[in-house]
Amino acid sequence: MLSIRNARHLDAPVDLLVDGARIVTMTPAGHVAPPEGCEVFEAHGLRLFPSLTDAHVHLREPGFEYKEEIATGLDAAAHGGFGQVMCMANTKPVNDTAAVTRFMLERARESHPDGPRLYPVAAASVGLKGEALAPLAEMRAAGCVAVSNDGRPLESAELVRRIMEYAADLGMVFIDHCEDPHLARGWLMHEGDVSGMLGIKGQPAAGEAMQAARDIMLAEYLGLPVHIAHVSSRLTVDLIAWGKARGVRVTAETCPHYLLLDETALEGYNTLAKVSPPLRTADDRAALREAVASGIVDILVTDHAPHAAHEKDETLDLAPCGLTGLDLALSLTWELVREGALTEADVHRLWSRRPAEIFGLPRNDFAPGDPADFFLFDADATWEVTPEALRSRGKNTPFLGRRLHGRVRHHWLGGKALF
Amino acid sequence: MPDDNRHPWPHKDLLDVTQLDAAEVRRLLDLAAGFQEINRRPVKKVPTLKGKTVVLFFAENSTRTKTSFDVAAKRLSADTFALSTAGSSINKGESLKDTGLTLQAMNPDVIVIRHQSSGAARYLAELLPCGVVNGGDGWHAHPTQALLDCFSLREVWGDDFAGRELLILGDIAHSRVARSNLHLLRMLGVKVRLCAPRTLLPAGVDHWPAEVYSDLDKAMDGVDAVMCLRLQLERQQAGLLPDLSEYSRRYCLDFRHLHKAKPGCRVLHPGPMNRGLEISSAVADAPECLVLDQVAAGVATRMAILYLLATRTEGGAA
Repeated sequence: MLSIRNARHLDAPVDLLVDGARIVTMTPAGHVAPPEGCEVFEAHGLRLFPSLTDAHVHLREPGFEYKEEIATGLDAAAHGGFGQVMCMANTKPVNDTAAVTRFMLERARESHPDGPRLYPVAAASVGLKGEALAPLAEMRAAGCVAVSNDGRPLESAELVRRIMEYAADLGMVFIDHCEDPHLARGWLMHEGDVSGMLGIKGQPAAGEAMQAARDIMLAEYLGLPVHIAHVSSRLTVDLIAWGKARGVRVTAETCPHYLLLDETALEGYNTLAKVSPPLRTADDRAALREAVASGIVDILVTDHAPHAAHEKDETLDLAPCGLTGLDLALSLTWELVREGALTEADVHRLWSRRPAEIFGLPRNDFAPGDPADFFLFDADATWEVTPEALRSRGKNTPFLGRRLHGRVRHHWLGGKALF
Repeated sequence: MPDDNRHPWPHKDLLDVTQLDAAEVRRLLDLAAGFQEINRRPVKKVPTLKGKTVVLFFAENSTRTKTSFDVAAKRLSADTFALSTAGSSINKGESLKDTGLTLQAMNPDVIVIRHQSSGAARYLAELLPCGVVNGGDGWHAHPTQALLDCFSLREVWGDDFAGRELLILGDIAHSRVARSNLHLLRMLGVKVRLCAPRTLLPAGVDHWPAEVYSDLDKAMDGVDAVMCLRLQLERQQAGLLPDLSEYSRRYCLDFRHLHKAKPGCRVLHPGPMNRGLEISSAVADAPECLVLDQVAAGVATRMAILYLLATRTEGGAA
């Protein structure tokens, strides 16, 4: 057994008792003595968090190991506080067969036998081409937990309908990357004041919202769930709120960078801030903050998208979209807590409880019998975002050089100490 | 030399007119006026930049801008060499970074870059220690064009820019000329109007410091000058225009429009012109049209820019 003494859970000092892979009890600090022979870990007031779940990452393996490997991505995840990550299918080959799913899981087990645990997301269409439905049942059997065409927005409403229907039979949630491919053609950033002055082709927020509206209407018509990926605009938030008010089974995610940055991060043609969907306006950022706090947007994800340094060291049109996220997510979220935009309890909800609920994954609410997946967080620690400070192979983040608060000091999964 | 300002030029590069202030613009135009005088002499060459090297790196097609820089450099006795995309390593997939570093290894004093990517000149300037002149990057900026346009107008207006009204007509959305001219003309006190169908206006144009029109007759009312932009014929294929003849009927500048402007209204065009599409042939050949003056101004203005950048580290009066 393991006793974590004098941790801080939300606003209370607590002791945590663990037996093997399960939580036994969480009690007010000092009220119960640890059992005889129990290993005792003194937390010295560090904050106790349930391990986080990231429902949207790109781990690049197979095919793009120079950007990231499953091993390096999971290492970054562990140190970022994540116990579970869901990886998207846009690898090479695409994860559109059970063989690729099994390969991913094998690579995860080899490199991280004690976790973080990997949950592959099945490609919705063969080769992510948006034409034929991928063999979702075989991928479900191999270990995929959800389905998405992420990275390649789906043009056909008919195909979206069939994916929702087929995935629902298998108990898989459909995660949709909403982006009208016609309105978004050739874009490099959000279409607005900044793109106009920089002379850059932009994409309007309406393109995201139009597809989100399509998905919400289909979900209502079919009575099936849909999860809207990386929401970036007020318009989409309003549509999700409208859908929820109508009782549609729509859930949604956004990322810390949409809560902290806006289109002005692209001034100076900063390729590190080029991301899909693009950083939008200050008004969109404000709407997303409210939506995350209120639960209209259900969860946070990183959309971790590592790239090699030389790929971002380019002009804006040639640099790929995406930024590295697993190392940074919790510290960035903590900036929002420090600003008062979110509470510590929101962090538990957004990064742990709700993603596990939506995707049917194990979760730790510190109730007896829950999985012993937790970490100790030093909220007062400050650190500078440097390439060396990031465990991910991808160093591509517009937060480079920023001083952040909060570091994960110790992490246990299934009751075993990862570090 | 004509530049009698004792302060060293503070800028390593010329990337956009927004980096300049009005005093620097005036200094640059004054210097260009001196070079314009040299250009009118029987012997048009001075030894000012002897031993200096200017690289003309044109990754996007250009005839007049490249020739203009080449003539400008040679009249100052600089050595020039040109690198274009065709036949270069860029066609073999070499990155802009590696091309830039390769050029820098030859130790040039100034690199003039034209590139299809907005921000390319800035990228190169941050990478390299030599001076970088933006010869046009994507839809973003074309500072030397804006400077030569102002030089041409100054020859007509003198220093009397404040309160003047100028219309920029045509494909504003995809025009680096429009963006640079808007900033520079505003800096000199000119009121700028823009006129185009909405499909050729950029996002956020309502927040630009300009009056925006879609009706050319109204836009021309009382202006002191009009700057036509070249219409890229592929805009029709891109679905931004129904057909070119309709565009021409609505936006081709002819004398009917000029009569709505102030008497003496001047016409500018960065060239090459599509006669009969954005400008009528009669207007293009009219004395009000400054197109050929702009070409001459281009050489003088670029001589001034190359001079300021190539000599800025030699101390004192550049």
